Amino acid sequence: MTLSVSLQHRLGAFDLDVAFKAPTGITVLFGRSGAGKTTIINAVAGLLTPQAGRIASDGTVMLDSTTGRNLPPHKRRVGYIFQEARLFPHLTVRQNLGYGRWFAPKKAPREDMARIVDLLGIGHLLNRRPAGLSGGEKQRVAIGRALLASPHILLADEPLAALDEQRKAEILPYFERLRDEVSIPILYVSHAAAEVARIATTVVALEGGRVARQGPAADVMSDPAITPLGVRSAGAMLDARVQAHHADGLSTLEAEGATLLLPRVHQPPGTAVRVWIEAQDVMLATEEPRGISALNVLKTTVTEIRRGAGPGVIVQLSFGGALLLARITRRSAEALALAPGTPVFAVLKAVSVARDAISDTPRAQDQQAK
Amino acid sequence: MTDWLGPDEWRAVALSLKVSFWAMLFSLPVGLWIAYILARREFPGKQLLNGLVHLPLILPPVVTGYLLLATFGTQGPVGRLLEPFGIVFAFRWTGAALAAAVMAFPLMVRAMRLSIEAVDPKLEEAAATLGASRLWVFATITLPLILPGVIAGAVLAFAKAMGEFGATITFVSNIPGQTQTVPSAIYAFLQVPGGETSVWRLVIVSIVVAMSALLLSEALARRAAQQVRGT
Repeated sequence: MTLSVSLQHRLGAFDLDVAFKAPTGITVLFGRSGAGKTTIINAVAGLLTPQAGRIASDGTVMLDSTTGRNLPPHKRRVGYIFQEARLFPHLTVRQNLGYGRWFAPKKAPREDMARIVDLLGIGHLLNRRPAGLSGGEKQRVAIGRALLASPHILLADEPLAALDEQRKAEILPYFERLRDEVSIPILYVSHAAAEVARIATTVVALEGGRVARQGPAADVMSDPAITPLGVRSAGAMLDARVQAHHADGLSTLEAEGATLLLPRVHQPPGTAVRVWIEAQDVMLATEEPRGISALNVLKTTVTEIRRGAGPGVIVQLSFGGALLLARITRRSAEALALAPGTPVFAVLKAVSVARDAISDTPRAQDQQAK
Repeated sequence: MTDWLGPDEWRAVALSLKVSFWAMLFSLPVGLWIAYILARREFPGKQLLNGLVHLPLILPPVVTGYLLLATFGTQGPVGRLLEPFGIVFAFRWTGAALAAAVMAFPLMVRAMRLSIEAVDPKLEEAAATLGASRLWVFATITLPLILPGVIAGAVLAFAKAMGEFGATITFVSNIPGQTQTVPSAIYAFLQVPGGETSVWRLVIVSIVVAMSALLLSEALARRAAQQVRGT
C-alpha cells in the first residue's frame, strides 16, 4: 500500500506546497516546528481541509480538490496517534481500545485484540480508567486504539514529544515493531534526528512548507545539504551486524567490511542493526592516527563538503557502500586540504555512541540486504 | 400529606410538579441542541439566537407572559394554527408549562453550554478519526462528558419552573386546578382573610421541593463527574 499526498495550503504568511509518497513502513515527516508537518498530517486525517490537493491511498481517494471530493474524517479509516494520547476519560482502557473497532466496517480485516494488547504490553490495564495511567501507558493504549480501528494508514504526530526520556525509550520499540509487523503505511511526524534514525524507512525532509528531499532514510539523513534542524543534529545511519559481545562491556559490529567497537548492544550476535552516528562525534585525520584512545578508525574517502554560514563545515565520507557525516571547522578542513576524493581516516570514540542510538534494522531493508 | 394540605393547596402542589416536570422534559432536548450549536458551531445570526435565548432572563416576566399570550393565545397566530390539532395553551396547564419552560430555558442552556465548552474538542476529533460520525461522537463522547452539566441544567430549569409566577399568571391566569401553581396559589391565599396558614404550608412545601431538587442534582452531578474523571 502506498499513500500519495500533494497539498497546497496558505495560511497568513505560512505557505505549504508539498508532494510526497509514503510506502509501507514508517515515513517520517522530518523538520523543525513550523515546517508544516502537523498541517500535512491533519489534512491526511481530514481534520483540516487544504485549499488544494489530492490525498489517495491506493484505490481510495480521500481528497481531490479538482473533483471536490473530500471524505469526512470518520470515513477515511486513518488511525491517528496524537501527541497527547487523547484517551476518552469516561471509558475504560478496554472500551477505549474497542471504540474504533466498533465503527470499523464489519468486513474489514480485523487486528486480533489479544495480539495488539500483547504487542503493547497493556494486558494488565484493561479494566482501568485513563486517569490512573502513566504517560507512557496512555500512549501505548492510544497506539492500540488506533491500530484496532483497522486503519488503512496510521498517523502519528510526535507521539513521544510529551514524554520524558525514559518513557520515550519505553515506546520507541513498539513503533519499531509496528513498522515491521503492520503492513500499512505509517506517517510519523518528528523533529528529533535520533528518533528518525531509529524508526524511519522513508524520510520526507520539510523546510518552510516545502519538501527539501525525500527518499530512503539512510540517503536523506546522510545528505549534508539536508539538515532541517541545523548542523548540530546532523548525522548518518549505518547499517551494521552484531558480531560479538566482549567481557569488558563492548560489542563488535561489522559494517561494510569495517569493524566497529561500541558500548554493549542489546541485540544478540548476528542481528542486523542500524547505528546513528552524529556528525559532531566524528573526527578526521589525513594520516592514520597512532597512540590514540579512540577505538574506531575507519578508512574513508571524502565525497562532499558542505559549507554553512557558521565556522563549521559538514563533510560527507564514504566507505564501502555506506556514508558518514563529520562536522569539523572550516579552518580544519582547509588545514587538511580536504576535497572530494581525499582519503581520510574517520575517528569515532566508542563511548560517544549512545546505546539507544543502536536499533534493529527495519525488516524490509534487512531482507533487501540479503 | 394530603391530610396536612387542604384540597386547594394539594391541587396547587400537584399541578406545579406536573407543570415543572413537563416543562423540563420538553425543553431538555431543545435546550441541549441550542446549547450545542452555541458552543460548537459558527453561523450567521449566532449572537441573535444567543440574545433570543437569554431574553426571558432580562425581560420583565409580565412582558414575556404577554408576548406568549399574544402568540399562543386563542387569537394569537401560533395559537390559532395549533387549535385544530387539539393543542391549546391559553388558560390550560399546558400554557403554564410553556411559560415555565420559556422562563427556565436560559438557565438550562447556560449550564449546558458551559459544560459543552469544557469538553476538549480534541477528544471529539479523536473519536472522528476512529470512525465515529458527528452524531455518534455526540452520543458516545460529548453527551457522557457533559452529563453533569445536563443534569444541573435540568434541575435548575425544574426549580425555576416551580417558582415561575409573572409570565404564568399573565399568560394563563390563576384558575384553581387548571393553572393555579404554588406561587399563584400563595398569591391568591394572600388576598383572602385568614389565608396565612395556607400560605405558610405552601411556603414550606416550596422550600422542601427546592432544597430536595438542589441536593438531588448535586448528588447526581457528583456521581456523573466521578464517572467522567474515571476515578
